[in-house]
Amino acid sequence: MTSIGTGYDLSVSTYSPDGRVFQVEYAQKAVDNSGTAIGLRVKDGVVLAVEKIKHSRLLVPHSNRRILTAGKHIGIASAGWMSDTRHLVKRVREEARHYTDTYKVKPPANIVAERLGMYVQAYTLYSSVRPFGVSTLLACMDAKEPQLYMIEPSGHYVGYRGCAVGKGKQVAKTEIEKLDLENMTVREAAKEAARIIYSAHDDTKDKLFELELSWVCEESNGLHVHVPQDVYDQSVQFAERSLDEDDDDNEMEDDEDL
Amino acid sequence: MAQLKPGEVSLGTTIMAVQFEGGVVVGADSRTTTGTYIANRVTDKLTKVHDRIYCCRSGSAADTQAVADIVAYHLELYTAQHGKEPTVKVAASLFQQLCYENKNRLSAGIIIAGWDKVEGSSVYEIPLGGSIHKQPFALGGSGSVFIYGYCDKNFQLNMSKEECIEFVKNSVSLAMTRDGSSGGVIRLAVITEDNVERLLVTGDKLPEQYLG
Repeated sequence: MTSIGTGYDLSVSTYSPDGRVFQVEYAQKAVDNSGTAIGLRVKDGVVLAVEKIKHSRLLVPHSNRRILTAGKHIGIASAGWMSDTRHLVKRVREEARHYTDTYKVKPPANIVAERLGMYVQAYTLYSSVRPFGVSTLLACMDAKEPQLYMIEPSGHYVGYRGCAVGKGKQVAKTEIEKLDLENMTVREAAKEAARIIYSAHDDTKDKLFELELSWVCEESNGLHVHVPQDVYDQSVQFAERSLDEDDDDNEMEDDEDL
Repeated sequence: MAQLKPGEVSLGTTIMAVQFEGGVVVGADSRTTTGTYIANRVTDKLTKVHDRIYCCRSGSAADTQAVADIVAYHLELYTAQHGKEPTVKVAASLFQQLCYENKNRLSAGIIIAGWDKVEGSSVYEIPLGGSIHKQPFALGGSGSVFIYGYCDKNFQLNMSKEECIEFVKNSVSLAMTRDGSSGGVIRLAVITEDNVERLLVTGDKLPEQYLG
């Protein structure tokens, strides 16, 4: 659904007659055109997975991380401009550090989400800056309770059980809704996340991609880390196998139609 | 470290706080002096900074009141922003930041004690320099030096609420007898999950002591 702003979209400090701020909506488009990122909040932790679209075979595997850590217990994945993400992560790190310096405890997830949301929103007020072209997924472990938030380019933020952003978000969302997230463990969620990323990936648009998978959970002692190699390998295998099975199913159906 | 300025009001003081399962008991004497004149003989040195978090103030009356007011403000803001009650640790951390960053301008020895959902009961002591010490019980003020021996001998972990009240009453009373800057009545506060109970022990009800 594209609409032309025609004059009301030149500056983020301008409303349109029907109450929209087009620059913020255009920022959202930047997010929608980027690689998919999903977050799953389950019983004992949160899993983040990103479809890292590679534009060259010469890139070193597992380099150019798209999932970043702040304050040790906060994981940040995003869809959109990576450079904007880095700026936001820097801000989250500073906020988390300042909070810990003042209160001597780790900041809770809702506070981090609020600080980030307010920061992003500030960039939608002035014509001298542009809004951030990222949707950020924030994964956090508050004591024993896992939390997942998504912050949009408008600064709006909401807590989720499962969410998806980026190119394949429609496909991903449909898959996520089928899952029983409340009763899953992070190991199961990691496999499902991998499968969903693989199925949301559109081979016709971008051939090369790499899965990036991270979690914050009881198993990682409340720290946000990239998943251990064995979990990663298992998840990738599971994802690839599921894709093959889907392809087999499709072939069968075609035969039956004849 | 700032010395009290001439004419500045001092909380000479004996203050203490003891932790028990399910709460804390805080206690203090009630004497405020300007030099030799007792400016207030029924002072309340146990100041509420939040619903279940109290601080005991010793040193300069003005300094400790100012710091306690600032912390109370921050804790109220914290509750509004976080949607939940602050922990005693958070309160103590705020006190520490103020006391340490302004150590050259303040004369404040503070004990923070209270109850929260995360840790249960806790007692923190912040002496003059602005360091922070988490302890099962804490003593402070000029009168405290006279009762270290008594307290070390008579304190036990896992005392009951009633035993803690007796312990605080006896200790503060002994200190008040020997320290010229402490005296008056003993004020106590018992902080538990459910409520804060304020107690008063007047001069005629002080525990038995050898007084000559």
